[in-house]
Order: sequence, then structure tokens, then C-alpha cells
Amino acid sequence: MDVIDLEYALIIPELVLASFATLIVAGALIFRRVPQEVWGYLSAAGLVVLLVLTAVFYINVNDDFANVLAVDNYTVLFRVFFLGIAAFAILAGVQFAGDRLRHHGEFYGLIMFATLGMMLLAASRELITAYLSLELMSFSLYILVGFNKLNPFSNEGSLKYLLLGAFSSALFLYGLSILYGVTGTTTYSAIEPDGIEAGRNIAQQLGNFSAATIDSALPIPGDVRPAIIVALVLIVAGLGFKVSAVPFHQWTPDAYQGAPLPITAFLSAAGKAAAFAFFLRLFSEALLPAAAEWSWLIAVIAALTMITGNLVALRQTNMKRLMAYSSIGQVGYLLIGIVALDAGSLAESQDAATALVLHLLGYVATNVLVFTALIAFYNRTGKDDIVDLRGLAERQPMLALLLSIALFSLAGMPLFAGFATKFVIFQVAASNGHLWLAVIGVTVSFVSLYYYLMVIKQMYLYKPEGDDTGRFSVPAPMMGALAVLTGAVFLVGLYPAPLFKAIDASTAMLFPGL
Amino acid sequence: MNDVGELLLVLLLIPGAACLLTLLTPSRHDQVVRVIALATGIAVFVISIIVFAAFDYSEGGFQFALRYVWIENVGIFQENGISLFLAIDGIAAPLVLLNGIVACAGVLVSWKIDYRNKDFFILFWALVAGVFGVYISQDLFFWFFFYELAVLPMYLLIVVWGSTNKEYGAMKLTMVLVGGSVLIFIGIFAVFAEAGAGTFDMAVLREVEFDKSFAKTFFPFFMIGCGVLAGLWPFHTWSPDGHVAAPTAVSMLHAGVLMKLGAFGIVRLGIETLPAGTDLWMPVLLVLGGIAAIYGAFSALHQTDLKFVVGYSSVSHMGFVLLGLGTMNTIGVNGAVLQMFSHGVMTALFFAMVGAIYDQAHTRDITQFGGIIKRMPLFVIFFGIAGLASLGLPGLSGFVAEFHIFVGAVAEFPFWAAIGVLSAALTAVYVLRLLGRATLGPVNPRWDGLRDISRWEMAAGLMLIAPIVAMGVWPDPFVDRIASAVLELPSVDEVGGSLANLPVVRGG
Repeated sequence: MDVIDLEYALIIPELVLASFATLIVAGALIFRRVPQEVWGYLSAAGLVVLLVLTAVFYINVNDDFANVLAVDNYTVLFRVFFLGIAAFAILAGVQFAGDRLRHHGEFYGLIMFATLGMMLLAASRELITAYLSLELMSFSLYILVGFNKLNPFSNEGSLKYLLLGAFSSALFLYGLSILYGVTGTTTYSAIEPDGIEAGRNIAQQLGNFSAATIDSALPIPGDVRPAIIVALVLIVAGLGFKVSAVPFHQWTPDAYQGAPLPITAFLSAAGKAAAFAFFLRLFSEALLPAAAEWSWLIAVIAALTMITGNLVALRQTNMKRLMAYSSIGQVGYLLIGIVALDAGSLAESQDAATALVLHLLGYVATNVLVFTALIAFYNRTGKDDIVDLRGLAERQPMLALLLSIALFSLAGMPLFAGFATKFVIFQVAASNGHLWLAVIGVTVSFVSLYYYLMVIKQMYLYKPEGDDTGRFSVPAPMMGALAVLTGAVFLVGLYPAPLFKAIDASTAMLFPGL
Repeated sequence: MNDVGELLLVLLLIPGAACLLTLLTPSRHDQVVRVIALATGIAVFVISIIVFAAFDYSEGGFQFALRYVWIENVGIFQENGISLFLAIDGIAAPLVLLNGIVACAGVLVSWKIDYRNKDFFILFWALVAGVFGVYISQDLFFWFFFYELAVLPMYLLIVVWGSTNKEYGAMKLTMVLVGGSVLIFIGIFAVFAEAGAGTFDMAVLREVEFDKSFAKTFFPFFMIGCGVLAGLWPFHTWSPDGHVAAPTAVSMLHAGVLMKLGAFGIVRLGIETLPAGTDLWMPVLLVLGGIAAIYGAFSALHQTDLKFVVGYSSVSHMGFVLLGLGTMNTIGVNGAVLQMFSHGVMTALFFAMVGAIYDQAHTRDITQFGGIIKRMPLFVIFFGIAGLASLGLPGLSGFVAEFHIFVGAVAEFPFWAAIGVLSAALTAVYVLRLLGRATLGPVNPRWDGLRDISRWEMAAGLMLIAPIVAMGVWPDPFVDRIASAVLELPSVDEVGGSLANLPVVRGG
């Protein structure tokens, strides 16, 4: 057995994050007199510092840790990204947590543990490591969704999320085990879905057969197809739960509605991004040769997801549920990127991966903006129905403007991130031979404009109602977070070239044969 | 060739800067907002005149080209993948001028807006920038970017500052227009994928020989997608509802400029990019345009709300534009572009005047008015000029444009030419009836308190009348520029040789 060289230097960010999260939890338990805000701001500051250091020290490292974690540009991109989202979620949640939650140390600590899981997930290039990272993320999120433990909605959401999540993990794991059975390996790069290489390895271990004997006994291409299809279906179903693709989406609206708002933001942004980062790496590094078997399956799911998410969103009255369905719709657009991996050449597959990550980043920035604005509103009013936003343009014009910007961006209107990123992902779909998916995507984005406009209408057309109609102000840290996010939404919308190039350089890592 | 430096970029930056400046102005300083708006309006007006005048028609082609690469050589994008590529041809030149004029006039009539005028002007300038962008972009991505940008602010502009049934009108308008852009979107994806050149540069895409069946399949995506915005029958119903709901300046921009984007899009995306699809589809466009012309005229005949009359007359006049494009011969297409300009200024004048009277009378019901000329003589004169231009009185712009269209149509589609002439005659009926009922006749004492139009409205009116008269008596500057581009359009037949040999057409 080879001695595996463990280069711990490669995973310092993960190690630091794990220790930092532990320290925050412990610190909050020990120093009970310290106001809770301190832990929040400390966590956010720590994450930002870690983010900057990671970005500075790990670009173009392109190595791997014991062949289970890749530390390449793709990993670094997502490390930076997840740390950023976690920082925003914490920053946006400080006041919320102070007003409405208890056990603040655990709250911030769990967000960071979930982030740790996400970072590892994006880096994994080995099935078991990926599974463990996925569970680290999911377990932290199960607890966080139910964190508001006196609220029945929060309990319900958490329970549903836990049960369905555990079920989906089981499906996923079963799929992985079949994949292992067929291919004889858990390392992405070694997986050969035709099973021939695995058969050869096993035969060699069994005894001294001649090469000719082994070759005659190997499965002919296509023999293991049924097993691979079962494995793929289970894997897609499991991942479908994690990204909330139709028909595995039922937990989403309840979990979103029940979770404390900052967690809804984190779940819808980082949770999704992590699942997609993993999805993309698994399907391009390991399963691309079997693309013909899965692309139709994911294409159907993508179409169903786009249509269902956007149509059901039309009927929602609660802002969180609306955003849940809108995010399901967005998952549909993102899945198009996975489908489009199935192209003639690696270069075209990489175009699809780049488009997917670009849309993912743009969508997540926009979504965090929406939720940060909603948190600011909720902190003041404690309400989250769509009609509660009535007259917001008079009560807090800046918040109404930023929320409108974010919603227009989600609808894919120009100037904002959504336009540029959707344009690219649909164009890639069309160029890679899936014009029909682009057609569905554009059509349902048009439907989505309707429900976003219904929200904007509440803010701009009507007068404030109820007993609380006064103007209110948004605290400075919150305003700062909103400003940065809005800047990001405009930047991606108006000049995405640098980001696009960075993403292209990182997705190149997923296609070593390129 | 004349050189205007980076004026085309400036044309985009000025409204953009006005947006930002207005955003940064505290909302209590509403006078400052107005001053910024006026300065911006004058600036775009002047620049659009310079651009129009500097366009060298003897040279033809696309001029004043500027290119700022946005993204290239990465992912699906190859050289010049997406670039802010600005240039105008003889078709865009008069439309840029039109937008400059209408935007400036729109500021003048919006002077009196005092409810959240800051927000109003932010959206207003976003809209204006979007429209300029569409006219001058030579890159499919940015073309569509600006196209959507021009549609986007309409919803809020109507919902917040509009009147009659504004929620319905605004939502209908937005959804129908964005629905149209869904088709354009799909067409763009298909064209980019099919061309395989890795660029959205229109100059490159124009050179690509698209497969005939591909062109025939995707031409209607552009034709109908853009046509919706041009009030293409039967997708026109958003237009009267939207106009009625919109505030004055928005109606002006909307009918005056925005609807032209649709017809312009058919030229840019349809005829220029997919010429192989024109054989099959342009006759369809001609028929739909003819139906819109006559249908709009009949509908206008039945309306009693001033804005509905003007709204349906817009449908009818845009029908002429589509009819002219559908002829696919030089005179007809020339006429279509002339009509875009002519209808733009004329309908903006109409809406400015309707707004002026509505602000005082709080009604637009024709049957309620009577003898207004005694109280508001200037109003009646301005309104009358718009009406006469609309019915095609020789000496005003409408005549020149419609004459071209009918000459073009007679050559190939005499039946539809006749339909067009009939609708023009109907226009005369409803316009004269409207003028007679509302402005002449016995004085209704209810309107004793009416004062004549304000000096802002008068300034706006004069700004709009000037081009109506100018084009009526001296169409050469327009015809020369437009013809220089129309003659280069693919698959447009040349009728009557060079237009320069047709003094009757040139002289009006």
C-alpha cells in the first residue's frame, strides 16, 4: 500500500473554519456576559478574513489532498463564495437572532459548520468524502431550520426537511453503492461507467489469469447499462432532493417558511450552490462518459422544475413561500446547465459548466439580496406576507428600490445579474442542442415576471396599511450588506467579463482531458 | 464621412448619468430634479440633431462605429463575442432624432409632475437610454438588452403615475411586450447557435448565409416578437389600454418612440439577419399591417375617450408602417421608415395635447367637450395640426410618408394599397369628427374655467410641430438618409429605379 502524502497545508481554510466555529460556540457558552451581537460580528469578520486569505493564497494551486479533496481553482472559487454567503447571512441575521432566537453561539457556529460541509463538498473528488460533506452540511441545516424552537412552523419545516433529507440521503447512498459495485472505485477520475476497467481490476486480484482470459470474461460495453441506469436514477433522485428539483421539491416551501429568515436565505443560496457545485463536479469528472444515459432524465426534470416552480409561485401569498417556488424555478434553469454538459466535445461541456456556475453565482447574489431586504423589513414588522409589503415605497424607499432591483434581476431584466446570466445559460443550452429547454426557460421566466411584478406592485402602488405605517430606518451594517449585494448584482449584470473568465478558469479543472 | 467622435456613446451616457444624478438628488429638491431633466432633455435633443445631420447619406452603410468589447474569447464567445458595438445607418438616423425630440418634449410636458417626480425621471431616463440603445446597437446581445430596458420602466411609470384603469393597463402592456420579447429571445439563441460564429456582432451575423428552412422557421419569431411592440394585429390590444393608462409623457414616448422599436426590430433582426425568410413572411406582415390599419381606423371611429381615439389611430398608423415594410420594395420600405418618424412626432403631439386638456378638465370624453376653441385657441391649433398630419394633409409629414407607402404597395399588392387608402380616408373621418365635436360648436359653460396650454406645453408642441412641417415641405434630408440604407437592405426590390429620379416623391 502506498503511503498517502497528507499535505495539510492544502486544507488550512477548512481546518481554520472548523476551529473557528468551535471557538465561537465555546466562547458564547463560556463568556455569557458578552452581548450576542459580538459573536455575530466576530463570526462575520472571521469569515471575511478567511475569505480574503483563501483567495490570496490558493489561486492556481491545483493539487489534491490524498486524492479525496481537489484543491483547484474550482474549489477555491466555491470556498470564497460559500465563505462570502455565510458572512452575509450572519451579518443579515445578527439583529434577527438577537430579537427572536436564543443560543446565539450555536446559531453562528452551525452556520459555519454548514459552510465547512459546503466547502468540502465542492472540493470532494471521492464519493464517500462527498457523502460525508453533504451530510455535514445537511445536518447543520436541519438544526438551523428548526432553530426557532418555539415556533410550530419552524418545527414542522425542520421535521419535514429532516425526514425527506434522510430519505434522499439513503437513496443517494444506495445509488453510490451500485456505482461502486459496477466500477470498483469511489474516486471520481477513476470511475468508468462501462465497468470494464473495474472488471479487469477485480479479475487481476482474484488470481493469475492470462490477459486474454480476463479480456474474454470482461463485460462487453452495454452489459452493465441497467445497473448504471439504476445508479444514476438513484443519484439524480438524491441530488434532486438536495437541490429541490421537481418532483423532489415538496419539503422546500415548508422548510423555507418555517426556518428563521436568515437561515432561509442561507439555505436557498448556499445550500443550493453547494449541491450544484457537487452535482457539477460529479457529473463532469465522473459521469460524463455516461451522459447519454442521464441527460434525458435531467432534461425532463429540468423542464418539470422550471414549469412547476414558476407556475405554483403564481398562487403564493407568503413571501417566503413565493421565494421557495421561485428558487425551484431557478433550479430548473440551473439544471439546464447540467443537461448541456452532454455535448459533442469537452470544450462545449465546459461552456455549459461555466454558464451554470455563472448563473448560480448571479442567482445566489440576487437571492441573498432579496432575503437581506426581507430580513430588514421583518426586523421592523415581524411580518412576511406579500400584502404586508404594501406601501413599502413610502415607508422605506431605499429598501423598496433594492427589493425591486433584486426581483427584476430574478425575472431576468437587463442591467441586473439575472439578464446576463440567464442569457448565457440559455444560449449555451441552445448552442449545445437543447433549444427546447431554452424555449421553456424563457417562457417561464416570462411567467415569473408576473409574480415578481405583483410584489413590486404592492410596494409601489398601494398605501401602507395597518397600525404600523410609519417610516423606519435600516441599521448601518444591514445597509452595508445590502449595498454590497446590490453592487454585485449590478456588476454581474453590467460587466460580468472578469467573473466569467474566473469561472471559466475554474471549470476548466473539471475537464482534465481538455 | 463626417466624424462625430464618441457621440453615440454620449447619447447613451447622458440619460444614464441623468438617472444616477437624479437618484442622488434628495427627493425634497424637486426643482433640482426638473432642472437636471431639462438639461438632459436639451442635451439629447441637440446631440440627436448633430448625429442626424452628420450622417453622410452619400456614403450609406453604417457610420460612426464604436466598439467596446464586453467579453470575448472565453466560453462560448469568440472574437467580439459580445461587444457594445454602436453604429447607425440611414434608418436609425431619423429614429435617433425622433427619440431626441420626443424625449425633450416629454420633459417639458412632465414639468408639472409633483408626485415623486424624482422616481419618475429616473425611470424616464432609463427608458430613453433603452430606446437610444436599440437604435444604435449593432450587437444582438446589447440590442436585446436595451430593448428590454426600454420596456421595463413602463410598468412602474404607468402604475404609479398613470390614470384610468392603470393596474390593468400596465400589467397587460408589460406582459404582452415581454411575451413578445420571449419570441425574440428564442430567435436570438437560435441564430447564434446556428451561425456558430461565437459572436453576437450583427455585422458578422448579416454575412452568415442561413439555411433557407432555418430562416423561414425563425423569421416569425422576430417578426411577431418585435411586431407585438409595433401594435401588430391581432396582438395590438395592449396598446390602447396602455396608452390610456399611461401618464402624458409616457404615452408620448410610448406611442412616439417605443412602438417604432418594434418595426425597427423587424428590419434589423428580421430583414437584415434572416433575409431568406422574407419571401414567405413579409406578405403575411403586409396583410396583418393592412388589417391593423383598417381595424384601428374603424375602432378609433367608435371611441369617445380622446386617448382611446389616439391609441387606436396609433394602431392604424403603425399598420401603415408594417404595410410599407411588407411591400419589400424600396419605396414602400422608405415610406415605412418615414411613417415611423412622422407618426412618432405627430402622435407625441397628440398625446401632449390630450394630456394638457386632461390635467385641467379631468375628463377625456369627447362628448363632454364643445367650443373649446373659445377658451383654448392655441390648444386647438396644436391639436389640429396633429390631426391634419395624421389624416395625411399635403404639406405635413403624414402625407409624404403615406404617399410612399401607397406607391410601394400599389406596385405589388393593389388590393392592400386600396385598403390602406381607405383607412387613410377613415382617419380623415374620425379626426375631423373629433376636432369638430370637441373644439368647435356651441360653448359648453362647464369649461369656462379652462385656461390655454402652459408655456411648457407650448414649447413641447412647437418642438414637435417643427419636424412635422419640415418633413412635409422638405422631406429630402429624411428620404436621402433612409434611402441610403433601404437600398442596401437584402431582398428589397428596387422599384422605380433610384429614388432620386422621382421628384414627385421627393417633393411631397
